[in-house]
Amino acid sequence: MVRARLASILIGYGALALGACLLAPLAGSTHISLARALDRSIPFPDNVDAQIFFVARMPRVLTAAIVGSTLAAAGVVMQALLGNPLATPFTLGVSTGAALGAVLAITFGSRLPIGALASVPLASLAGAVVASAIVYVLATRPGRPISTMVLLLAGVTLNAFFSALILFVQYAADFTQAYRTIRWLMGDLDVGSFAPIVAALPLVLVALGIFACLPRSLNLLSVGADSAATRGVDVGLTQRLAFFSASLATAAAVSLAGPIGFVGIVVPHLIRLMVGVDHRIVLPASALFGAAFLIGCDLIARTALAPVEVPVGVVTAMLGGPFFLWLLVRRS
Amino acid sequence: MAARQAKLISGAFVLLLLCGANLLGSPEQSRGPRKPAPQATAASRIVSLVPNVTEMLFAVGAGPQVVGVSSYDDFPPETKALPRVGALLDPDTERILSLRPDLVVVYGSQTELEGQFTRAGIRVYPYRHGGIDSILQAIGDLARLTGHPADGDRVIREVRSQLDAITMRVRGQRRPRTMMVIGRDAGALRGVYVSAGIGFLHELLDIAGGEDVFGDIKREGVQPSNETMIVRAPEAILELHSGDPPPADVLQKERMVWNLLASVPAVRTGRVHLLYGGYLVAAGPRIGRAAEAFARVLHPSSFK
Repeated sequence: MVRARLASILIGYGALALGACLLAPLAGSTHISLARALDRSIPFPDNVDAQIFFVARMPRVLTAAIVGSTLAAAGVVMQALLGNPLATPFTLGVSTGAALGAVLAITFGSRLPIGALASVPLASLAGAVVASAIVYVLATRPGRPISTMVLLLAGVTLNAFFSALILFVQYAADFTQAYRTIRWLMGDLDVGSFAPIVAALPLVLVALGIFACLPRSLNLLSVGADSAATRGVDVGLTQRLAFFSASLATAAAVSLAGPIGFVGIVVPHLIRLMVGVDHRIVLPASALFGAAFLIGCDLIARTALAPVEVPVGVVTAMLGGPFFLWLLVRRS
Repeated sequence: MAARQAKLISGAFVLLLLCGANLLGSPEQSRGPRKPAPQATAASRIVSLVPNVTEMLFAVGAGPQVVGVSSYDDFPPETKALPRVGALLDPDTERILSLRPDLVVVYGSQTELEGQFTRAGIRVYPYRHGGIDSILQAIGDLARLTGHPADGDRVIREVRSQLDAITMRVRGQRRPRTMMVIGRDAGALRGVYVSAGIGFLHELLDIAGGEDVFGDIKREGVQPSNETMIVRAPEAILELHSGDPPPADVLQKERMVWNLLASVPAVRTGRVHLLYGGYLVAAGPRIGRAAEAFARVLHPSSFK
């Protein structure tokens, strides 16, 4: 029963995500001919359409797909882990840790002998790992389930603390660095080549692999930790896996494209409205819809005010903010 | 050197931010400096919170009257020995007052600070960034305020004649469609920020014989996507860096970054020029030198 429903929903959302991936590179601020873009007889440097297709649009659309799906799925997992519908992939401080890493790299990276960590993506990844590790150490006791209350409090506190550190570092930065920081915080999918995607992909795949093992346990966990335990769920292990995978997914997504907000909260709720609350369906459907959603938002970002771009984080917030408020009003 | 290399965003970019005419700014925001009220006596103790205005003060001979500068001042070298009093975000009012200035130069957006000093009976010159005319007007204003009107006129004449000479040199030359990059993440084609159709850099490019590919966008700067850069297809790319040139291998690597946009004429014909030097982006008396640097790479045959 569930399997049949899952299959039909996966096919539906899969088709949507695939359609978005295939169609989005065809649209943009300029018109290109796909036939010409794929024409191998024209040398690449002479083929402007191919340049636009393969250098400007494809990496962008792929990045949007990866980031959208990981953030949406991480949002689902975080909401189940914390038992809180307001949780996002950024609730536990992963993105603020990443942002602190990025801000440090932007401000001091060139002056400190920290090698590759001077690059913004690596520094943000390192920041995300440090933030997750701090929250994890604070909230866990060996052999015991994680206290979601402590996890949430630790995450929120760390978010506030790191935000203060970011402000302080920005204050010490010069204006160019402060501007770059602000721009980074708005999110940017224009990665310019496939290399950053390839670098982030292993982390994303590990996280998605763990996500795939979680839905049944998350279903039981969302009823309550005690009830889940009596039905054979290893609550501690599930929580740890959920925390680890969601943090990893978020870290990879944020280091690739900056902290793009609202995807991780709007998409899971929208999907729940459409398919119910069963994580076996919500999780893959969110991942697929998240990809299509962010590809759509990026399409708006790169065409709405062309040739000037709207930062994609602004688009997701503009669409996601009102939607979320509507959701709140509707529920109450 | 690595530090210089990583610091790819230029001082011009800074100034775009300062005048608030960046991404969402409107043309009206980049107006010239407000005219100060005429003053009877020349200022003898000046604090400048704006580095390019400090440079103007020294150029008109008011350097010895400057008693305090911003945290970011480094030109002329004499400024390094002067007390630092903060900048746009962190002006140290107490320190400024303790220097007993009779003229303080602030950014036009520092309205609260302006009010504070005015209430304290100290003259304030609120500087706002704009085009070449507003730079020259500021030089003239400051020269008068500091008692060096003749020097001010001389500097203005010199700058104008430098710019006119460059216009003459490149006259009749074909004007390459040029993209002037004022910011880019080190080692990657991300976070590219370019000068657009307003401001002194746009005007200098025009004087240097380049057709600004983003000239139709009436802002000081825009952040174009890779797609937009491919479509606009500049024939020359000038990338401005306010620091010193990096080692040759780093320079080569940074230039290679552009190879990603293989169809862009500037890349295909090797006309990607990375220029280094604080003067390139300083809205002050050295704009003639900057225009010449641009013209030399855009029209090398005119300088043989």
